[in-house]
Amino acid sequence: MLEGILIGLSTAFSVTNVLMVVGGCLIGTFIGMLPGLGPMSIIAIMIPIAIGIGDPSAALILLAGVYYGAIFGGSTSSILINAPGVASTVATSFDGYPLARQGKAGKALTVAAIASFAGGSIGAVLLMIFAPMLASVALLFHSAEYFALMVVGLSAIAAFAGSGQVLKAVLMTLLGLIMATVGEGALFNLPRFTMGIMDLQSGFGFITLAMAMFALPEAIYLVLDPGRSNAGGGGGNEIKDLRISRAEARQIAPVIGRQSIQGFLIGVLPGAGATIASFLGYAVERNIAPREEQKEFGKGSLKGLAAPESANNAACTGSFVPLLTLGIPGSGTTAILLGALIALNVSPGPRLMVDEPEIFWAVIISMYLGNVVLLILNLPLIPYIARVLAVPRSFLIPFILFFTLMGAYIGQNNATELLLLVGLGVAATALRLADYPLAPLLIGFILGAMLEDNFARSMQLYDGVSFIWERPMTAGLLVLAAVLVLLPGYRRLRTRMRARGIEGGD
Amino acid sequence: MTKFSMTRRVMMAAAVATLGLGGAASAGSHQVLERIHFLIPGGAGGGWDGTARGTGEALTRSGLIGSATYENMSGGGGGKAIGFLIENAASQQDTLMVNSTPIVIRSLTGVFPYNFRDLTLVASIIGDYAAIVVNKDSPINSMSDLVAAYKADMGGTAIGGGSVPGGMDHLVAAMVMQAAGEDPTAVKYIPYDAGGKAMAALLSGEIKALSTGFSEAVELARAGEVRIIGVTADARVDAFPDAPTMKEQGIDMTFVNWRGFFAAPGLPADKLARFQEVLAKMYDTPEWEEVRARNGWVNIHNSGDDFRVFLEEQEQIIGDLMRKLGFL
Repeated sequence: MLEGILIGLSTAFSVTNVLMVVGGCLIGTFIGMLPGLGPMSIIAIMIPIAIGIGDPSAALILLAGVYYGAIFGGSTSSILINAPGVASTVATSFDGYPLARQGKAGKALTVAAIASFAGGSIGAVLLMIFAPMLASVALLFHSAEYFALMVVGLSAIAAFAGSGQVLKAVLMTLLGLIMATVGEGALFNLPRFTMGIMDLQSGFGFITLAMAMFALPEAIYLVLDPGRSNAGGGGGNEIKDLRISRAEARQIAPVIGRQSIQGFLIGVLPGAGATIASFLGYAVERNIAPREEQKEFGKGSLKGLAAPESANNAACTGSFVPLLTLGIPGSGTTAILLGALIALNVSPGPRLMVDEPEIFWAVIISMYLGNVVLLILNLPLIPYIARVLAVPRSFLIPFILFFTLMGAYIGQNNATELLLLVGLGVAATALRLADYPLAPLLIGFILGAMLEDNFARSMQLYDGVSFIWERPMTAGLLVLAAVLVLLPGYRRLRTRMRARGIEGGD
Repeated sequence: MTKFSMTRRVMMAAAVATLGLGGAASAGSHQVLERIHFLIPGGAGGGWDGTARGTGEALTRSGLIGSATYENMSGGGGGKAIGFLIENAASQQDTLMVNSTPIVIRSLTGVFPYNFRDLTLVASIIGDYAAIVVNKDSPINSMSDLVAAYKADMGGTAIGGGSVPGGMDHLVAAMVMQAAGEDPTAVKYIPYDAGGKAMAALLSGEIKALSTGFSEAVELARAGEVRIIGVTADARVDAFPDAPTMKEQGIDMTFVNWRGFFAAPGLPADKLARFQEVLAKMYDTPEWEEVRARNGWVNIHNSGDDFRVFLEEQEQIIGDLMRKLGFL
């Protein structure tokens, strides 16, 4: 392990990769601040660029940097103009915006930055401890266990759908599974459901689908709904006095510690992710706070700000555990990252740590680096960065369209991809208008192919489905999947906190 | 063509372009062709892509051609590019399309409605043998151990590979068993969609042996995780002489996965001769040797009629086996 860490250190601290972290964090922060553009959209836009880089470590480091940057950027717009760019920073606006209105915007941003930094860093330490442990168990996995694992991943989707959204999430997952069957399956020679279109013979392109689900609808949405961007007129608050007092620091330190660990653990669970972690973190801290402090929550409590901020960053890091060790995405964002890795010829899974330690460790080390970069870059730059909030829609929309269409074309050099992109993008927008979550579709699409392959392989190895009960680990995982399907009802009772109408996933 | 300002490939291409220009200016005398356009039926980064770009790099840097351009056209298991080349034959006289053994297999199974006879055959340039590998801790030490294990428990001796059932890795495993006197149809072949996954399955004990390309097997064997128990070459290969051949273990079979180039149908004879000349001359250049060594390729040169004979023979052997296995 020490050797791996050293390899990771040398990879992560190469000039290119440091630039990737810094660049990724900056891009993420800038775009994440724009209302409506969440990490999924930003990562979808960045994927063709990352794949163009060619080196998987650098690509993943860049995308991970964009991911933290986006979460941080989302906090900034939550605090300053009460317009969270990202679902996972909605809870940040509960206390962040009141603070800004009281003229304490600078203080709120500092608390958010420190809480994010601590959450991310503690998460990275935990990742470093947990991931190798999990990976060593997963090395024993056969196809049967991978099949069961995919079932767990899929059933977790039901667990993280919002209340009233479970059925819709299940439907979208099924749609994703159906779309995964298009083309020549890895195990069969013949094309299926291609309707004679040769461009579909190798299936839907992942990049095209990711862009169509998360990037294109944003642009269409901005056109359809003029009121959504520039909510609040942008950066009207004067930002001054970034300092926090020693008493305030003492007040928020235990909150940050608790929520970093809780957030990480929630992030590790497939399907949970940063959004749930931030709401749960906020709820827990409010419940355990002394009575007089409890009244402060929602009116500008520093604790109420620190809790979701450390939790969502720790959860982001936590969501890398199932991605890097098992190869299953815990959230829409990590699903996109998984697709990008596969496109770069890296198969994430237990072998990643053994076969390509430089990728595995470089990503983890770059997480520390990313957190430091965010803290250093953003604290002094916040007043200037916040001006991005005033970007007019007339620039924003062409920007998104340009990168989306370019990205889809460049990947394959195939004009048909553009037609598919636009067609799927319009369909995705219609689904979004009808309030269907799109992340489950993408997760279903990515897991679907693996689910089918592993199932077919196990069937062949066992001449039937006897592997389901003959292999204890498979049976155990399938039981876990059943529990996850039944969990949402239970959890809905516990977290009535979750605000309605927020985009699913994180 | 995945062009981005920061990619290594572009930097490499830029370096190649500048060197190529310099080379053309100084060594214009031995330039055979002005330009070649490489048509790649798959995406960037695959085996076809590497072969076309490697060939183009060697040809331009050695000054044998003035410039090379590349176009990735994936779709239809390669069929889209073949169809494009046939339909636009008149305007594609400078185009070389890269392909390999799958063009034979896929035209047999009907993935696309064309076969190699619809194109102008230029030459095969490189190849890779196939190999059977086992986990380094496996009790199986030789092909005869594997055949014995197969005889004892056909269902329990699963052999994995990186291609679809009826694809190259499966056919190699079946050919080996057939040559060893066993029933090729009973081979329990488990397909994986990526080399890494097949490798993980070998290490976790899900499959007993893995059928894969020799150059990939050598990489794995050098990493110390697997043992190569048989390679499908005529004689031991210099790149890894520890690997015994099938023939020396009494299994009389050889197999090579070639990669080569095709041109548009109806190509004028003098143009074809130029293409073949430029590829033949390439083997003597240090630039090609560098590209070849970097990628671990084996030179397998069959030009013109030799290429046709080789392809027809391969089509016959693979076709017979696939009919036997029930894929046709």
